[in-house]
Amino acid sequence: MAEATIQVRHKVGLHARPAALFVQTAAKYSSKIRVKNLTANGNFVDAKSIIMVLTLGVMKDQEVVIQAEGADEESALRALRSLIDANFGEG
Amino acid sequence: MTEKKFQGIPASDGIAIGPVFCYIPAQLTIPVCAAGTVEEEMMRFSAAREQARLELQGLYKAIETRAGREEASIFEAHQEMLYDPALAAKVQELVEIGQTAEGALVKSTEELAGLLSGMGDELFAARALDVKDVGRRVLRILLGLPDTALSAVTEPSVIVAEDLTPSDTASLDPALTLGFITAQGGLTSHSAILARTLGLPAIVGMGEGLLGNISNVTMVVMDGRSGEMIVEPGPETVAGYQELKLQRESHLQILKAAAGVEACTANGRRVEVAANVGEAASARDALEYGAEGIGLLRTEFLYLEDVQAPSEEKQFRIYREIFEVMCGHPVIVRTLDIGGDKPPSYLPFPAEMNPFLGWRAIRISLEEPALFKTQLRAILRAATGHQVRIMFPMVSDLDELRRAREIVETVQRDLERECIQFAANVPVGIMVETPAAALLVDVLAEASDFFSLGTNDLTQYTMAVDRGNAKVSGLFQPLHPAVLRLIKQTIEAGHSKGKWVGMCGELAGMTKAIPILLGLGLDEFSMNPRAIPEAKALIGKLTDDRAREIAHQAMAFGTALEIENFMKRSLESL
Repeated sequence: MAEATIQVRHKVGLHARPAALFVQTAAKYSSKIRVKNLTANGNFVDAKSIIMVLTLGVMKDQEVVIQAEGADEESALRALRSLIDANFGEG
Repeated sequence: MTEKKFQGIPASDGIAIGPVFCYIPAQLTIPVCAAGTVEEEMMRFSAAREQARLELQGLYKAIETRAGREEASIFEAHQEMLYDPALAAKVQELVEIGQTAEGALVKSTEELAGLLSGMGDELFAARALDVKDVGRRVLRILLGLPDTALSAVTEPSVIVAEDLTPSDTASLDPALTLGFITAQGGLTSHSAILARTLGLPAIVGMGEGLLGNISNVTMVVMDGRSGEMIVEPGPETVAGYQELKLQRESHLQILKAAAGVEACTANGRRVEVAANVGEAASARDALEYGAEGIGLLRTEFLYLEDVQAPSEEKQFRIYREIFEVMCGHPVIVRTLDIGGDKPPSYLPFPAEMNPFLGWRAIRISLEEPALFKTQLRAILRAATGHQVRIMFPMVSDLDELRRAREIVETVQRDLERECIQFAANVPVGIMVETPAAALLVDVLAEASDFFSLGTNDLTQYTMAVDRGNAKVSGLFQPLHPAVLRLIKQTIEAGHSKGKWVGMCGELAGMTKAIPILLGLGLDEFSMNPRAIPEAKALIGKLTDDRAREIAHQAMAFGTALEIENFMKRSLESL
């Protein structure tokens, strides 16, 4: 299992377009991927579910923990990390 | 079926003759019956989900062509929710314990929407509505019912509905809409305003029996000027209305041809006739109809179309576009005027009992200085080289006005320090739309460079009546003597302090009001662009003396009805 803790810097947090991109990226991989809002210390939810990702209520500057488990777990985690680090393509 | 006539409230001028499209949001009830096998129920769910995906794709394409990608993106988000693995897992779980696909779907979407709406944040609550909307679509397909949304209109039709919300009309194709008829609503309800903006005929307040009366009707004639609806018209009726329609259209063409003429009274006094505008496109319309400026530029459309507040750059671009279209004509920009009745998702709106008496307009701007400053920066920057004025909505107190002006000054200093180009001498004024402001014009003149009467809100607050409530909207009378006295008081007090007084409420464009307003000395009439040609023609027929005499006589009556009857007689004698 691969795990990473990442800070979301986007001004709307994990909502609207950033949330959609996050889920679309996760859905490209066969691994089971879970995510939780570390700052709010909630539960893990399915990272491929837009509704559940929205329920995390991740705001700007909060940290998320992402866990991936499966054949492509490393590349899935890398892709999600670079998406968040690149601020969802908005610089 | 034989010809039958019904009377409603005329809300937007024009005649339409055509087929009826009854818009009835279906009541979706789940039939009580035994579930099939788990496989059967899940197959039905999957098939309905696929059908829903096709519908959403179609909607996306239709809205993309009509209004652009940004508008259409909501239907893309709906497709993502439709295929959400959490939704599928919940449905599967419930079907496995013996529920039907319908029952499992309703319970699952309610549960997921509940998670989102329970987060105590407007942004997420809006997504909860999306989840419910998606669930409703799939359920409707499971029940074998057709899509009755307005986007399902396929031939040019008269749209008949109980009421139309802003989201209903978003899915409406103006090219397929001949007119609106609604059971609810008044002159200033959403559908009425939209109809006037689009130049479509509309009748509102037809009463509760409307949809029952029209359920099997194939053909209808509507006259948005008289408020008459005729169902199943005979050939003679149709021919008569076709003739009337042609007559009115050629009359309007003549008026439009005269639009280039400056507005002045019969004795040669210049009066400004301007347009109320809600977006860049209608600024062009305004010029075409002969507007000599924009007396009210509403900026709400910028704030309600997205999940985040519009950036300074976006606002700057749009304001500049409008100022350039108006090339040299004056434009009055009203700062943000929203409230709890149509809250944007990014502002922390409290639950309010009376949103019209609550946190709205200037009250929001003063409490959200970052939002306010962004708008002021964009206006001041775009105003460079143009004739622009800034106007604050819903001011009721001198302190509010002083604080708002201080923020304008701060923004000007900031721009100066940052060496950014902006217009330095932009006049700053207020809308007079609360009785408090009307009574305090002489005091407010200390900090207001001009005044503009907003008669819709002024009437609502003076008469204490909710204009959207059909039960009481009869009391919404802009020509009520109480409202007229406040208007008179505002114009007189403004002039005594040497200030310009205009009007940007609906009243300014009504022929029955123009002679009175002219007689009271109003400096500017700002109205729906389509009302301009007729208003200019009417002003040209009146001398100042005659208008003063009409105003004087009208002010002596005790009820709005008496004033309206008097005005009808006065207009006939012109």
